[in-house]
Amino acid sequence: MKKTYLIKYVFLLFFALSAATAFAQTSTISGKVVDEANQPLPGATVSVKGTQKSTGTDANGNFRLTGVSNGTVTIQITFVGYQLNEKTVTVSGNVTVNFGMVPNSKDLNEVVVIGYGTQKKKDLTGSITNVTEKDFNQGVVTSPEQLIQGKVAGLNISTNSGAPGAPITMTIRGGASVNGSNAPLIVIDGTPLSNDGISGVENPLDMINPNDIASFTILKDASAAAIYGNRASNGVIIITTKKGQAGAPKINFSTQVSLATLPKQAPVLSPSQFRDYVNANGDSTDRALLGNANTNWQDEIYQRAYSTNDNLSISGTAGHLPYRVSVGYDNQNGVLKTTYLQRYTTGINLSPSFFTDHLKINLSFLGTQVKQRFANEGGVISDAVDFNPTLPVYSGNSAFGGYTELLDPSAADGLKALAPLNPVGMLYENDNRSTVYRAISSLNMDYKFHFFPDLHAYVNFSYDGSNGQGFDIIPGTAASSYPGTPDAAGVTQTGSSSKYKTVVGNSLFEGNFNYNHDFTAIKSTVTALIGYSSQVFSTTAYNYLSYFSNGEPYPASVVALAQYPYSTNQYDLTSVYGRLNYAYDDKYLLQASLRSDVSTKFAPGIRTGNFPSVAAGWVISREDFLKGNTVLTNLKLRLEYGVTGNQDGIQDYDYLSDYSLSNSAAKYQFGNSFYQGYRPGGLYPGRTWEQTATANAGLDFGFLNDKISGTLDVYSRKTSNLLFPIPQAAGANFTNVITGNVGNMQDRGVELNLTGKAIDSKDITWTIGLNGTLNRNKITNLAAIPGANESIIPTGGISGGTGNNAQVLEVGLAKGTFYLYQQVYGTNGKPLDGVFVDQNGDGQINNQDLVAEHNSEPQEYFGLNSEFRYKQWNIGFSARAELGNYVYNNVASATGIERNIINPLGILNNGSTDVLTSGLTGNGSLDLLSDYYLQNASFFRMDDAHLGYNFGKVFKHTGDLKISGDVQNVFIITDYKGVDPEIPTNGAVGGIDNNFYPRPRTFVVGLNLSL
Amino acid sequence: MKRNLITTLLISGLLVGSLTSCKKKLILTPNYEVTSEQVYSSPATIKEALAKVYGSFALTGNEGPAGSPDIDGIDEGTSDFFRLFWYAEELPTDEAVIAWGDPGVPDFHNMNWSSSNVNLLGLYDRSLYQITLVNEFLIQTTDAELAKNGITGNDLTNVHYYRAEARFLRAYQYWVLMDLFATPPFVTDATPVGSITPPQTTRLALFNYVESELKAIDPLLVAPQKNEYGRADEAADWALLARLYLNAQVYTGTPASGSGAGTLGASRFTDAITYATKVINAGYSLNSSYDNLFLADNNTNGAQNENIFVIDYDGNNTQGYGGTTFMTHAAVGGSMPSSSYGISGGWAGIRTTSSITSLFPTPPTQNTTNFPDNNNVDTRAEFWYDGQSTTISSITSFTDGIAVNKWRDVTSTGAQGTNPSFSDVDEPLFRLPEMYLIYAESVIRGGTGGDLGTALTYINKLRDRAYNGSTTGEITQTQLTQSFILDERARELYWEGFRRTDLIRYGEFTSASYLWPFKGGAKNGTGVDNHYNIYPIPDQDRAANPNLKQNPGY
Repeated sequence: MKKTYLIKYVFLLFFALSAATAFAQTSTISGKVVDEANQPLPGATVSVKGTQKSTGTDANGNFRLTGVSNGTVTIQITFVGYQLNEKTVTVSGNVTVNFGMVPNSKDLNEVVVIGYGTQKKKDLTGSITNVTEKDFNQGVVTSPEQLIQGKVAGLNISTNSGAPGAPITMTIRGGASVNGSNAPLIVIDGTPLSNDGISGVENPLDMINPNDIASFTILKDASAAAIYGNRASNGVIIITTKKGQAGAPKINFSTQVSLATLPKQAPVLSPSQFRDYVNANGDSTDRALLGNANTNWQDEIYQRAYSTNDNLSISGTAGHLPYRVSVGYDNQNGVLKTTYLQRYTTGINLSPSFFTDHLKINLSFLGTQVKQRFANEGGVISDAVDFNPTLPVYSGNSAFGGYTELLDPSAADGLKALAPLNPVGMLYENDNRSTVYRAISSLNMDYKFHFFPDLHAYVNFSYDGSNGQGFDIIPGTAASSYPGTPDAAGVTQTGSSSKYKTVVGNSLFEGNFNYNHDFTAIKSTVTALIGYSSQVFSTTAYNYLSYFSNGEPYPASVVALAQYPYSTNQYDLTSVYGRLNYAYDDKYLLQASLRSDVSTKFAPGIRTGNFPSVAAGWVISREDFLKGNTVLTNLKLRLEYGVTGNQDGIQDYDYLSDYSLSNSAAKYQFGNSFYQGYRPGGLYPGRTWEQTATANAGLDFGFLNDKISGTLDVYSRKTSNLLFPIPQAAGANFTNVITGNVGNMQDRGVELNLTGKAIDSKDITWTIGLNGTLNRNKITNLAAIPGANESIIPTGGISGGTGNNAQVLEVGLAKGTFYLYQQVYGTNGKPLDGVFVDQNGDGQINNQDLVAEHNSEPQEYFGLNSEFRYKQWNIGFSARAELGNYVYNNVASATGIERNIINPLGILNNGSTDVLTSGLTGNGSLDLLSDYYLQNASFFRMDDAHLGYNFGKVFKHTGDLKISGDVQNVFIITDYKGVDPEIPTNGAVGGIDNNFYPRPRTFVVGLNLSL
Repeated sequence: MKRNLITTLLISGLLVGSLTSCKKKLILTPNYEVTSEQVYSSPATIKEALAKVYGSFALTGNEGPAGSPDIDGIDEGTSDFFRLFWYAEELPTDEAVIAWGDPGVPDFHNMNWSSSNVNLLGLYDRSLYQITLVNEFLIQTTDAELAKNGITGNDLTNVHYYRAEARFLRAYQYWVLMDLFATPPFVTDATPVGSITPPQTTRLALFNYVESELKAIDPLLVAPQKNEYGRADEAADWALLARLYLNAQVYTGTPASGSGAGTLGASRFTDAITYATKVINAGYSLNSSYDNLFLADNNTNGAQNENIFVIDYDGNNTQGYGGTTFMTHAAVGGSMPSSSYGISGGWAGIRTTSSITSLFPTPPTQNTTNFPDNNNVDTRAEFWYDGQSTTISSITSFTDGIAVNKWRDVTSTGAQGTNPSFSDVDEPLFRLPEMYLIYAESVIRGGTGGDLGTALTYINKLRDRAYNGSTTGEITQTQLTQSFILDERARELYWEGFRRTDLIRYGEFTSASYLWPFKGGAKNGTGVDNHYNIYPIPDQDRAANPNLKQNPGY
């Protein structure tokens, strides 16, 4: 439906344009455009001043303008980031003119995409970082966020695991929330994406081919982000996709082959260490449990994984229709066996202009299909640590699919209860695959009024739809499906086959007016924006029958399906917004904005939120005392204040206290019948968005004509109405804890971004970028009721027991603060088993003796990147460091203890080698909460290092060929003892290392050919 | 031109304004939930609301076994009513020790729990949660509301019974709170849910409230044994009154705290005799086999004639990680063959101490062949000795202490329950033997309206059944003393959730005069401060409810 519509539209445009084609006469102008380093400048626009005649330079910087009328004409070359270059030539017959381009002074005239519009970089007043294609991380990129990882001060990006397509965590300035979402709002070509999950795809950005992205803009402070209102508290990332270029078709093809390896396994006892340990510490019963095999279970589940990535794009202008079409295929295999991701992408962009550029239309379509296979990561990885290394992978008989399992002959199903399962069996006896389609299509029109060109009207219709479905099959022989579930006849059955499907739709209408006028007489520029937007988000999840391996349906799924075949969640967001910019003499800048949002996530009457911002800028370098200064060539001071909101973390219907029916396994018996129960939902009708007020002061500077440039920002951010699970007075609500608005939190920080062009000559260029962020967080209020006791809220659940928490939320502490007992050490430096410091000296160790110390969040983080070019060679790297972050090593605490290895369940488990040095038994009830397991996880990681060679022309006069070699996750320097110190935050909980899917080290060879 | 622009702006402004104001009132509703009006509009859905009121005894949330919890801030499996009630009533006593080190669990043996103990919070919240559900049910089913929804005739009669039963459940949970926490917040259906911050009540006021409620609903309930299985009837009401009166001196007196001895309130043993007698004469009978009382088919194997009110569990339909699933799994470990317990595997947690096993005669065998009672003449001694040591040296080791076979998810014919992971065993909250024991104790303690001869008959009925129909276990009237009753209660009712209340009534809970292994956390036992006779009001509720004052000593 959508496709045919699109094709019709394209044809319509073609016809409209071909009619407008001009018929003129005579000469041809050709030539070459080169940059300051005498390198060809592809994609520059060449036009004849005063006419509509224009073309673009090709990959070699060459251009050809045909049909130029004889006489004297002025040829203009424009290219983003370069100064306008004009030459007047007399045309009579064919002529050749070459141009050398001079870059703008650090691109101050560069136009930067901001919320609802663009702005010249020199006029910016907010804390905004813009990263365009030329500054993207070089090397191999499979997901969009990798393009800017480590590039932007204040933006911290990390993948949550090494799985293909794993979710990513992006936080801007540490995130403004604790329990709500900390994810920034992502806007693609004017369409704000929803943060609702799509089943079958974990990282929504994975649906976008990184090769289609032209730029990222990161709005960090409230004055920039407030225009996005109640979704902007965590900052905004605006992604702009590539558009068609002027000129003849330009084809770009790239292909990459990569090999991913596991940099480090979880440190566990080797089979011989394990035997020695059991022989030394176990009794005869334990020793009898040792087998004869030598199995490294981690070797059995991990692999070297080959992946390929191919992209083809064609960009050009057909008649007057600039177009860009791209296709991509990405085939990634995971280092955990069986896991993979295959992605097919297509991007189409058409950007015609009409009525001498008065009407600009941009039509874009991004379509993706992702096929993915998942493993039961948590179970497989943890059981590969735990499983007895003296047992073989295969048992030699057919029980449990032929895999060795821990048995209990007295159990009905023959399996030892609560014992780990064979990790290889869990991998291969679980087939969970998904296929997800997503299409983001948008049509936006920008009309410059014919008789009032200062005013633009802009409308945008867009639809972001996805359909994710998949299945999960566990055969009846799989140990993980035991002890089984009774079928309708009461006979126990095993195995399962289930389906899932989610359809997500996000439709947007946006309309605004934009006014811009230079009042030259009074040296003033005024820009004004007023707009309206309406967005509807809906998510529908379908229920299906699931089946036992014998084909009978699960009784529970029959009941659930009968109850409702699908569930739909929807919310509407309607907003009006306005912004006013005023600049005097390009020296004094003022900006004010206001957005008003109405969100149906809140109860009627309290739906409207207003989000104002103000900002001022002073371009000091334009003042007389700095004018002409050749050292300090650019200096600007910015002061900003704004208010933003966060409504993620609030469910669509949370304000309704509706009744929900219990499922088929939660019924109650009266007489001989079982009844499902109706449960009233918790009441919190007054729930509202989190509100964040940010003050920011910034300094932009450039030395020596921007050989060294940078920004320095200082910010203070206060979040109020923090969404938090608040205890409810027992008896006063249908729940004891409800997510309500309570508490305040503050963040203070400093950010520095520095870019230096160390060498900038024809043959050699060297650019170095360095950024650093320092962030301090503090919870300032948590009282549910004013005057009531301040609560101490335990958080950070750890495994190894039931209900243990390693962290605490408390007024005066930062979020993510650990809350543990202080271990006592013996004279030999080893921890004394079960001995902790009695902090209050009352003679007993209980929760009064827990100590709040350290924090899972980095206190400072840094990015460093370097790009060095010598003639046709280039070499570069990007690296990051995080300092002051701590990780609770749950792998060591749960497995590296005698009680786990010589297990009271009557089995032997492997465990962390930590047991050899610590000698801890784990028998005490407080042992898990020892700060012995809290480790400094500061690290320096080189994310990427690459080397490239540019062959230049490979065919006669055409075909630019580049090849590159690349290593990702090159090395990491850390004191942390586990697999990886960079542990993702999961909800409010971060810094707990529990069976992490390791990030692979990847070696890539790539080839890029443009014609 | 300018005018046009202004008009355009104005019109679009108006359009925007009107669209926005629509959204201000728009109610989007989920297709998978319903409103209270819909729930209380038909007899069938009212019964489903009642199923939730009852079900919050047996379940921990809306998804079995876990996934959509009623109580947050605690591991869902440990927010189960009976499991937490059992922790509070059994773990600080001579009847049970537990191997696990989960947060707050070891505090029970050590008798050093604090007001931040999550298990106590879970229990307190669970009891008050059920009370809140009752209050809502009562508010939504007043005669006026029912008339509005067109509920008439037989349906109306049924809803009237539901209401009385809901009030019984509320009275039961207030009894639980009075017994354990003494001074909980107090809310009824007199105020809509959420309209007030509940005020704190006193133990005495709560005693009077529970008594008056139970008396008020007595005529409104279905006659004994005439209701559907699983629902409360008059006998349940009387049984709770009898238990309330037996402990009246504790509940209406001043509790001992610190070095203060405390005072006892007025005794109500005569009333205890009255109501115990009413139950005894209501048609219940002892099941012939004690070993069959806590089995998967105890709703049909004869035990149902002895049980007065039970929490219903079912392996497929009523799943959770508490209740009898806890009792059948947590008690199994060491060399105990899980198939004999009808389960897929034990959780290796709870055992008993020598103080309890020594109350029984020495069994002739201590092996697997005479499962579950080792051919003990007293068949109630359902213990597992193989691989277990009588002496407890480490509480965290399952094999230290004697294991208990009393709960087994198998039927009386030896078949496995319907689901190896979840139990079918129904848990009696009241059964006939307790009434015999209340009668006897009340007579001995000076209550009138009963006599020692009848008391002896009742006790010997229990002992005859325990001795497999043989009279060799019978006692004489001189043997029938207060302390004999305490021991007999342990023999008959061990692990059923009575021990802490019994020891407090006998003044033995905190004292140094009666010690058992690991009492107060010491291997040979030690006395603890008297304030541990009452549990503390959880910190979390005191943070949420400024009306609440802490119990003395915490």
